[in-house]
Amino acid sequence: MKRVLFLLPLVLAVVIGGFALWGLSGGRDPAQIPSALISKPVPDVTLPPIEGIATPGLSKADLQGQGLTLVNVFASWCGPCRAEHPILTRMTAEQDLRIVAINYKDKPEAAVAWLEELGNPYELIGSDYSGRGGIEWGVTGVPETFIVSNDGIVLYRFPGPVVGDGQRRFQDALDAARAAE
Amino acid sequence: MKRILLSLILLASPVFAVEPDEVLDDPVLEERARVISAEVRCVVCQNEPIDSSNAGVARDLRIIIRERLVAGDTNEEVFEYLVLRYGDFVLFNPPWKPSTYALWLGPFVILIFGFGAVVLTLTRKKAVPAATLSAAEQEELEKLRSDRS
Amino acid sequence: MIPELGQFALALALMAALVQSLLPIIGATRGDRTWMESAQTTAVVQALLVAFAFGALMHAYIISDFTVLNVVENSHSLKPMLYKVAGTWGNHEGSLLLWVLILALFGAAVAVFASNIPLALKARTLSVQAWISVGFLSFLILTSNPFERVFPPPLDGQDLNPLLQDFGLAIHPPLLYIGYVGFSIVFSFAVAALIEGRVDPAWARWVRPWTLAAWTSLTGGIALGSWWAYYELGWGGWWFWDPVENVSFMPWLAGTALLHSAIVTEKRDTFKAWTILLAILTFSLSLLGTFIVRSGLLTSVHAFAVDPERGVYILGLLAVSILGSLALFAWRAPAMESGGLFAPISREAGLLINNLLIATACATVLFGTLYPLFLEAITNEKISVGPPFFNASFIPITLPLIIVMGIGPHLSWKRADLPGVLARLKWLAVIVLLATLVILWIANGGPLLAVISMGIAVWLIGATLQDWARRAKLFQPGAWARIRRQPRASHGMTMAHLGLGVLMMGAIGSSAWKSDTVAFAEKGTIVPIAGFEIIFEGIEQVRGPNYIAQVASLKVTQDGEYITNLYPERRVYPVAGSTTTESDIRQTLAGDLYVSIAEPASEDAAGLWTLRLIYEPLVNFLWIGSVMLVLGGALSLSDRRLRVGAPRRAVPTNATPAE
Repeated sequence: MKRVLFLLPLVLAVVIGGFALWGLSGGRDPAQIPSALISKPVPDVTLPPIEGIATPGLSKADLQGQGLTLVNVFASWCGPCRAEHPILTRMTAEQDLRIVAINYKDKPEAAVAWLEELGNPYELIGSDYSGRGGIEWGVTGVPETFIVSNDGIVLYRFPGPVVGDGQRRFQDALDAARAAE
Repeated sequence: MKRILLSLILLASPVFAVEPDEVLDDPVLEERARVISAEVRCVVCQNEPIDSSNAGVARDLRIIIRERLVAGDTNEEVFEYLVLRYGDFVLFNPPWKPSTYALWLGPFVILIFGFGAVVLTLTRKKAVPAATLSAAEQEELEKLRSDRS
Repeated sequence: MIPELGQFALALALMAALVQSLLPIIGATRGDRTWMESAQTTAVVQALLVAFAFGALMHAYIISDFTVLNVVENSHSLKPMLYKVAGTWGNHEGSLLLWVLILALFGAAVAVFASNIPLALKARTLSVQAWISVGFLSFLILTSNPFERVFPPPLDGQDLNPLLQDFGLAIHPPLLYIGYVGFSIVFSFAVAALIEGRVDPAWARWVRPWTLAAWTSLTGGIALGSWWAYYELGWGGWWFWDPVENVSFMPWLAGTALLHSAIVTEKRDTFKAWTILLAILTFSLSLLGTFIVRSGLLTSVHAFAVDPERGVYILGLLAVSILGSLALFAWRAPAMESGGLFAPISREAGLLINNLLIATACATVLFGTLYPLFLEAITNEKISVGPPFFNASFIPITLPLIIVMGIGPHLSWKRADLPGVLARLKWLAVIVLLATLVILWIANGGPLLAVISMGIAVWLIGATLQDWARRAKLFQPGAWARIRRQPRASHGMTMAHLGLGVLMMGAIGSSAWKSDTVAFAEKGTIVPIAGFEIIFEGIEQVRGPNYIAQVASLKVTQDGEYITNLYPERRVYPVAGSTTTESDIRQTLAGDLYVSIAEPASEDAAGLWTLRLIYEPLVNFLWIGSVMLVLGGALSLSDRRLRVGAPRRAVPTNATPAE
């Protein structure tokens, strides 16, 4: 009994060490938080179109029964968005994917100019000037990209730009989502 | 390195970041809003409550909290609203649920365990016959001690 | 050239440490005097070499040698000299070098000053200390070379973070490290004792000054860090239960428990295994702190240069030292016989309860800090454990501790007369009750827990003073002579306990009765707070050495009478590309009036300033209490019975006054 008691500190230290080792491995980012929306229906928000562009706005109904859809949150003031834009554009064109967008806290003129310069792959764009739509979606920053199922269920959320290693991880999630549909 | 710098810059901005135009006229509601926002973790910062963060999302959330309070929500309803969108992560005060039972009960378990050990020590001592050293033994002990030091 | 010499010195220091980690301990086993004595030389040589390396890095900072990458990344030629010097340890590599320097200095101090310790114990201790040195020196040399060159050298540096350009923060890391790392020598003593298989009162007494020295610096280091956060970060807070704060607090708690447990081992020859365990755990928690701060395992508001790869290396070092020592403990400690016996009501029992509560508090902080990691690993769920949890668990554990703290020093060793002691304290209890009612009346509401805690703080102060007065027989002739005759260590205890009471008052006052307000201000705006009126008189642009500041001029009046002027600033550092808030504070014993300015977030308020005002009652009691804690530690350390290298004196008998 006494021996066991004296072993206790060692055992506890080993346990804590094990957790610490786990915490350092596998590219874990402690600041990254999981989305609370996974496996839940998309939030019920209706966003108007951006002024000065023909693309219509975005509402919950637009994400139901229209097949697998990517929802990209972007802003013209966001550098990484510019980096991921051509990749997303190519990805959706090549894989015949539907992509819609939420334009987060952006002035309409700036957003229009940005889309004119870089191209507009989006079927629908909801303008979220106040940022309230973003909060309904649990957005923590731009860019973020969601994968929404045919039934309007949020399957996956990818925070940060879909480039490099992120693109690979995003593609994996996308393939898994497709397989499940 | 950039991330570190960035976070330090964020940190440079004053905590208690409420802006004058956010403050509610009703002091009771405002006080509740402050209490709530001190317990809500900013989702883009390092480990700060939204009450003290200058991040845009933190400001939006502070305003939303006030709107909901004005609309008549209880504090619990406001927290629930936030958890639905951002998960339990935003609560600095972890909720009481199966995955946090261990957290909340932990300190008690530690205390009871320690208390048991103390009681054990004290009673075991009692069982041993009271050992008072004879004067000669005491003297010898003192001698031994001073020899060593 | 000098940087290369510094790097070379580090390599030589590693060699010295390697020799020191083997020769003396083998010598101790074989009974070879020469081998054992080699530790004295290697320890001093190692310290000199590391000191040279540290001096070389500091030199590079002072002359702004921009061929050294570390200097480029963390300094700038325009920076004030003090912060150039402080820049040496204001970064990962430099601070690690400082860490190793303190480690080596403690080893050398034991080698030089601890002449009263048996040679074998000393040899083993220094070898263990060298094991730690080998680990951290190799870590420094292999992964974090502070002397790395850059070619071609840039014209100027990238500047040290302006937030860190602050006097308090310049000296905070060295103090904190002396505390953190100082516990290494206690750890080495403990491991050496385990290897020898012998712990006795003499051992406890040799270790005590080192524990005290480390504890005193750690107390000062934490207090300084807290003070810095209070006035530099501009939010009027001083503690947030952030992981980085917690990991510095845990060694302090464990060290405090150790300090008290070691007294029992010294006076009564008991609690041996527990004292050894605490000695190991205190340093282990310091190591854990170093690891958590640098690995980025947990998110913290006090960001540091985090790097998971380095984290793995440190984790390896931790595994070897902590697991190794705890395994040794599990193997050798059960054989340690307990000595002195005591009744359930006695000084020993009081200290046992003290240790139980402090250890529980420490374990709770550890558990709460790591729980999000545990949960994430098991269920992939992310939660936050913040101030509400720590306040709810830590406060109920510490309040009883403080109550017992008032009684403990009144108890005598072996068997105490509790009814007698309580009878002695009954008038004090009445006074405390009355004081609590007065506080309740003054506070006019506020959280009841705060009022009760305030009463408990008054109790601690009163009971400590009464104990001191009783021992000195203050109201009888010859009191002064008696006070002077009493050991300094016992006065140190009184001072430290009083300090904790004062600190508690500051902590309670500034968190429970704090008030704050915020307003848009322009010339002529008047904002009331806590009975003051603040008048915004305008803003002026001022140029500093490496920044541009907007300085607001605020007039403070109370009931129309002029009190003072305050000048909070908003600084822009063009080189670092960042801004800081320099708050201004009117400090009085009653409370601080804390003002800061910022640019409004809303576009509608362009041209106005956001004026933030905080009133923190009693906050200065925090710093006064901290100073008293440090003074108490220093006073005990100056006790001639403990002074390192002091001439031999007879061991005091058990009749020694309380401490």
